[in-house]
Amino acid sequence: MGILKRPGKAALLAGGLAAAVGLTAGAANAADEVVMAVPTFLTGAGAPAFGVPARNGAEVIIEAINKGKLPAPYDKSGKGLAGRQIKAVIYDESGGGVKQVAEFRNKVQKQGVDLFVGYISSGTCAAITPVAEELKMLTIFPICGTPRIFEEINKNPKYVFRTMGHATADGVAEALYVKANMPDVKGYTGINQNYAWGQDSWRDFDLAMKQLMPNVPASDKAQWPKIFSGQYGAEISALMLSKEPLVHSSLWGGDLEAFIFQGAARGLFRKKKLLFSVADTSVYRLGKKAPAGAILGARGPYGIFAAGVDTPLNNWFRKVYQDRYSVPPVGGSYQAAQGVLAAKYAYDAAAKANGGKFPSTDQVIAALEGATYQGLAAKVHMNRSNGHQAATKHMIGVLEWDKEAGGPIMTKVTEFGPDCVMPPPGVNGTEWLKGGMKGAKC
Amino acid sequence: MQELIVILVDGLVFSSYLFMVAVGLTVIFGVMKILNVTHGSFYAFGAYMSATLIGAYYSTDWPEFGGFLAIFAAALVVGVFFGIVLERGLLRFLYHRDEHIIVLATFAMFLVLEDVLLIIWGTDPYFAFEPMTLLGSVDIVEMTFDVYSLTLICLAVVVGLGLWLGLTKTKWGKLLLAVIFDREVSQAMGINVTVVFTVTFVIGAIMGALGGAYIAPTISVNPGIGVEVIVLAFAVVVIGGMGSIPGAMIGALLVGISRAAAVHKFPEIELFVIYAIMAVVLSIRPEGLFAPAQARKI
Repeated sequence: MGILKRPGKAALLAGGLAAAVGLTAGAANAADEVVMAVPTFLTGAGAPAFGVPARNGAEVIIEAINKGKLPAPYDKSGKGLAGRQIKAVIYDESGGGVKQVAEFRNKVQKQGVDLFVGYISSGTCAAITPVAEELKMLTIFPICGTPRIFEEINKNPKYVFRTMGHATADGVAEALYVKANMPDVKGYTGINQNYAWGQDSWRDFDLAMKQLMPNVPASDKAQWPKIFSGQYGAEISALMLSKEPLVHSSLWGGDLEAFIFQGAARGLFRKKKLLFSVADTSVYRLGKKAPAGAILGARGPYGIFAAGVDTPLNNWFRKVYQDRYSVPPVGGSYQAAQGVLAAKYAYDAAAKANGGKFPSTDQVIAALEGATYQGLAAKVHMNRSNGHQAATKHMIGVLEWDKEAGGPIMTKVTEFGPDCVMPPPGVNGTEWLKGGMKGAKC
Repeated sequence: MQELIVILVDGLVFSSYLFMVAVGLTVIFGVMKILNVTHGSFYAFGAYMSATLIGAYYSTDWPEFGGFLAIFAAALVVGVFFGIVLERGLLRFLYHRDEHIIVLATFAMFLVLEDVLLIIWGTDPYFAFEPMTLLGSVDIVEMTFDVYSLTLICLAVVVGLGLWLGLTKTKWGKLLLAVIFDREVSQAMGINVTVVFTVTFVIGAIMGALGGAYIAPTISVNPGIGVEVIVLAFAVVVIGGMGSIPGAMIGALLVGISRAAAVHKFPEIELFVIYAIMAVVLSIRPEGLFAPAQARKI
């Protein structure tokens, strides 16, 4: 027994020592690191379409920031955030709002996180927003789309930012595109998942269409499949029987891909014109199976729309991403990277204003509020919701298969300015749409 | 008239899908009285295995229709492997425990297997559309349907009939019915209940895996697909009566055709319909429509 006990004690002692050393090392690191939590979907249905591409995009940028290898305009900004290395804590966003709020508190109070750059689900963003303000934690939402974040949940944000346009911009851009390219369209219907994102997407597209093309009727039988249902036989039949020639859809990920397989097998895309809000997440994976001729968006100038953006920063990002992950970056990759770049811009600008010293959180916030910084594909204007909500240009086009290049390409692309598709500062998106989109600069 | 026929066809296809995902669950409950949450994992592993084998098959020059064998091979491999491993490795140690403990254990296994699935196949989706493309499409009342989805109706009928005949017309089926009726007396009469349980669990697992394997060519095989299936399967099984194969069939038909009608006539209540049926049935018959009669022990 005694012999057995001694190694046990020794192991305990060794473990204790190791833990102590680890803690000391952690404390030492904390002084010259910025701990950045990056929540994103690593499991579940959100992972392939958004979560993993977002993680990959964030990883590429964080690594380059730490090494000081970012191309222009960040090439002279030195390593890290205001000189400090980023220690990324990437973790799974799955599990819903309650779990994520608990995880947020845990990361802040026990793991010493300095800022969050992440969250994809609108539901999670809505749950996190008040907690981030309560804990005074700088939080950058790079992807989630619901306009409610700053229009209802927190109208006077201090610690929470969003670095891309919200869902209203998607609906407006899509309606503007339809008006310009399908002026004689006889009506429209839709198939959107029956949850916040699907409902918001249809509502904003429908409201924008009612303003821009008031004589074009909307179907009263738009389809509302359950999220992740995967079976669309009856919905496809209903769409094929409907008299409206245009179908709006904000399906994404596995749902979108299943809908495309099942719709293609039944000739849906020959019979109807499809308009997909976020299908860029799937076009590379689907290859020739992606429905050529469909109207496509990527919630901004991201993913496949950024393929032709010829800047050192974008060219570098696409190459590194493609080389590392063997696929081109999609919307989520760009959007997550854009969120990390916001942190890079804000920390460096705040340090500069602070005489070169590492800035406080308040100074970082002050630097980001109302700023305009260079994203990978476009300039990001933080000029909505007291400087906490971004506006960027938007792009919509038609998907085709490029036989020579052997890949999907966007054709007939139209670009919309940020002040054309986003409601003006201080104006609620839904009210803006209902009021005729006054002040839109198109 | 066209719409009515289309609703009927859509409803039958969806009912067949529901039956295929629910029948394994009800077989296991009927014999073993286990509410098996791991059923979602059987479905997901069946789908992933099917997509993998179909992909491998169509990368060869073998005859195109042979790809269908990959679907059934996937269901067999997954069902037999997980059926035996889970029943022998976990459940047999819990039979004497409270049924709530067993439900929790199968739920825990489901969570573990979700992660195992990620370790094996990662987060990238898998496509296996070749069998669906191969069968092409057919026009019914001027509406195009893909033939592959229609074959699901045949598969459901064959599986349903096969299980029903197997249970009622074979010696093995009668042994099963005896165990369902009274486990202890069956054991006293010399029936090897241990073997019956293992075989039943394996059959249920194969059915769950077959559901996923056959659906795989019509979907994007993604992480998380097993979760959705459990909810639907439970709804169908509860409506039909836990443990009843005809009940699962009637439950699937009720839900499938009602849902198809809702999609065509009132799409905003599509989701509501499924659970409304469940609520109505349970309020009238809390044990479900076709729950087997419970023996009263004196």
